[in-house]
Amino acid sequence: MDSSQFFGISSIAYILAMVAYIAYLVFKNSTVGIIATTITSVGFVSQTIAFFIRGKEFYDIGQMGIMRAIPLTNLYESLIFFVWCLILGYLIIEWKYKNRSFGAFITPIAGMALAFIDISGMDKNIHPLIPALQSNWLLAHVTLSFISYATFAISFATAIMYLAVTTDNKKSGAYIFWTVTLGIFLSILIAMGIDFLTFKIVVKTPEAFIKSYLFKATFRSSSGMVVLFSYALSGVFVFLVWRYGYALKKLIESFSISYELLDDLTYKNIAIGFPIFTLGGLIFGAIWADQAWGRYWSWDPKETWSLITWFVYAFYLHARFLRGWRGNKIAIVAVIGFVSTVFTYLGVNLLLSGLHSYGGM
Amino acid sequence: MSNKKQNQGIVNRVWNFFSSITLAVVVFSIISLTSIVGTIIEQGAEPERNIKLLSKFFGEASPTVFRILDSLGFTNMFHSWWFIALLFIFAANLIICSLDRLPRIWNMVKEPIKPISHDVLNTMPIKKEMILKEKLDNAKTTVESLLRNIGFKANVHIVDKGLQIYAEKGRLSRLGVYVTHFSIILILIGAVIGIFFGFNASLNLLEGTTSAVAYTRNGKEIPLGFEIGCNDFEVSFYENSDTPKAFKSWLTILENGRPVKINGKEVTEIDVNRPLRYKGITFYQSSYGFSPTKDSLFKFSVTSNNGKEQDIQIKFGESFNIPDTNIMGKVSDFSPALGIDESGRLFTYAEMMNNPAVFVEFTENGKPKYNQWILKRYPQTWKVPDGIIEFKDLWGAQYTGLQVRKDPGVWIVYLGCIVMAIGLYAAFFMSHRRIWINLNEDKNGTRIVIAASVNKNKAAFEQKIEKLSGGLHG
Repeated sequence: MDSSQFFGISSIAYILAMVAYIAYLVFKNSTVGIIATTITSVGFVSQTIAFFIRGKEFYDIGQMGIMRAIPLTNLYESLIFFVWCLILGYLIIEWKYKNRSFGAFITPIAGMALAFIDISGMDKNIHPLIPALQSNWLLAHVTLSFISYATFAISFATAIMYLAVTTDNKKSGAYIFWTVTLGIFLSILIAMGIDFLTFKIVVKTPEAFIKSYLFKATFRSSSGMVVLFSYALSGVFVFLVWRYGYALKKLIESFSISYELLDDLTYKNIAIGFPIFTLGGLIFGAIWADQAWGRYWSWDPKETWSLITWFVYAFYLHARFLRGWRGNKIAIVAVIGFVSTVFTYLGVNLLLSGLHSYGGM
Repeated sequence: MSNKKQNQGIVNRVWNFFSSITLAVVVFSIISLTSIVGTIIEQGAEPERNIKLLSKFFGEASPTVFRILDSLGFTNMFHSWWFIALLFIFAANLIICSLDRLPRIWNMVKEPIKPISHDVLNTMPIKKEMILKEKLDNAKTTVESLLRNIGFKANVHIVDKGLQIYAEKGRLSRLGVYVTHFSIILILIGAVIGIFFGFNASLNLLEGTTSAVAYTRNGKEIPLGFEIGCNDFEVSFYENSDTPKAFKSWLTILENGRPVKINGKEVTEIDVNRPLRYKGITFYQSSYGFSPTKDSLFKFSVTSNNGKEQDIQIKFGESFNIPDTNIMGKVSDFSPALGIDESGRLFTYAEMMNNPAVFVEFTENGKPKYNQWILKRYPQTWKVPDGIIEFKDLWGAQYTGLQVRKDPGVWIVYLGCIVMAIGLYAAFFMSHRRIWINLNEDKNGTRIVIAASVNKNKAAFEQKIEKLSGGLHG
């Protein structure tokens, strides 16, 4: 078996796990919960095996030694690694806090990343390293960056849960903020699901997948009616999340998760992610840029967005410790931090040009 | 007198302005928001590109919008005076905020832990009480060794009918935040030194040429103080593909026309992640290009069928001889990237030397004999009936694109990075942990009261205390 089969198993496992965790949250059936954890663990093991096999395949193609055979050189491999870190982080939390309800909030982020891989038509092949990437800093810079992204993703999930638990007044700003964010997030996830179903089932030729199908069945459809309908439908969906979002409060509370725990988890993940991000993302990135390009900082869009993300999390920490911000305000900052992270990671690659072009598709 | 007072008022007001967190938030936000604009507007690009980009949002108004943005400096925003001013305000804010809070923290850091009274002990956030069925002296030894097990060095203070053992760890970690702030200032100082005393330039050097200057983005010449020459440049590719494996230049530094030895060698090989440093100036491999001239040399290694080998360098249109024969070869065509299409036609598929090939016409005593394309990357094309013609290089046709930089501040930036790593580690992964343990004689043994405090990550410390008290039960 080659690495893509193991990756395939893990992708299916994580998507099934996402469904199982949501079912568990709603029905509270402990068997479903155990199944969810089992599927996630199987996916995790399979992905770990896949990572090593791909490393071996890469090693054979590149012929540059083990240090130049870590499969973390393009957008596809980095997304896979991000998912791996995220699931690892989740499994640690589940095991440590003996609580499965987080799964329903964290696995959808993994599901979204995997759906994105499948429908954006990104290149999954192994390519030998181009000269700019032949550096030992690659490993340090990329792994630490994605570990920090994974911790930020978890803090995003717990911050949304926090807001869900502490607000139920439909007119309050915090309530509107989290329901709209969650609504948009879920709309995007569902749109990706529709893309996936339409094109995986209808368009079967592999050539057809070379082009990006992201949102082609919905927001970016060639038919204006479909586009209009998609936006209207997602508007309605966001409205529904806003209208009935308060139901989540009882659901989460029934798992005896306190808001203090959620606040603490949000903080802890940021407190781990922030120094790792600073060191791995910014400092190691700057040193590498200095070695390869002769500039440690060149205000490249990726660098600038990392700095913006860094500012947001620095703000989170200062607001918390100096101003004693607690509660909704600080949770909102954590959510914004992750939105900024996603833009640093994907938005820059997809929408802006710059020196980090090998991270593109 | 009143004048002086007024002055103090101004100083205080300026101080208060810069030490306010509101300013920090405002500056953070402005830097972030303007940076977002700066990542969308392509920096330093042709105006047309940005007008085209803006037309997606502003339609016909886009040239006007572009003019406004351009006059505000958004097209080269990160070097505009107002953005640099923002960075300076950020630095001033950071310094003054830190100085404002430092004295209070410094008082805590310079004072080692002291024994505390029973009343203060009761106010500590972590507390435990127990009776140990041992004499006071034994209990003291037990507590001390348990403290040692979790890495604390015990101090003893004797009080009425008992004693207090107290210990602490990580007092200096309270400075972590300030160390981190200081590191940002260091990095900014390094950056400013780099801007004022360094330069960023580039240089394209054709194989076989030298230069004593480099050029900035605006085309200004910068004297290097020595000469740099490119002996050779080469791109190597992964087998059967056009994915480059390495770009390499072989460079020589010349002082007064004489080659200088660097690390014992006159010629230094550089590639993308391995620059050349000389006298504070660094040369980075950044790009390359192809611009052949009449003087470019085709280099061959020719071996006759009876094994005689000869190295040959000729210009376009010139001929060479296969040793020990009457066969002459003439270079009559060249392609930097020879490809073949589906119908078998040959064509040049790239402008760079991706797949260099020469067409050689062979004659014997002036009569045409055979001809052949010889490809540098494919040894199977080197064989001809009368020998092997290895096409080694077209030399003097490629130029190496070097990024040339002088930055005397970079070491301060690196130092700042190290300091930042230390500061962040102290700020996030260390904590100031303090323990006081009262031991008093009791009729059943020794009465023990444990009190402790920590400035962060309380849960982990509580576990440690739990472990300690567990040891006392056993």
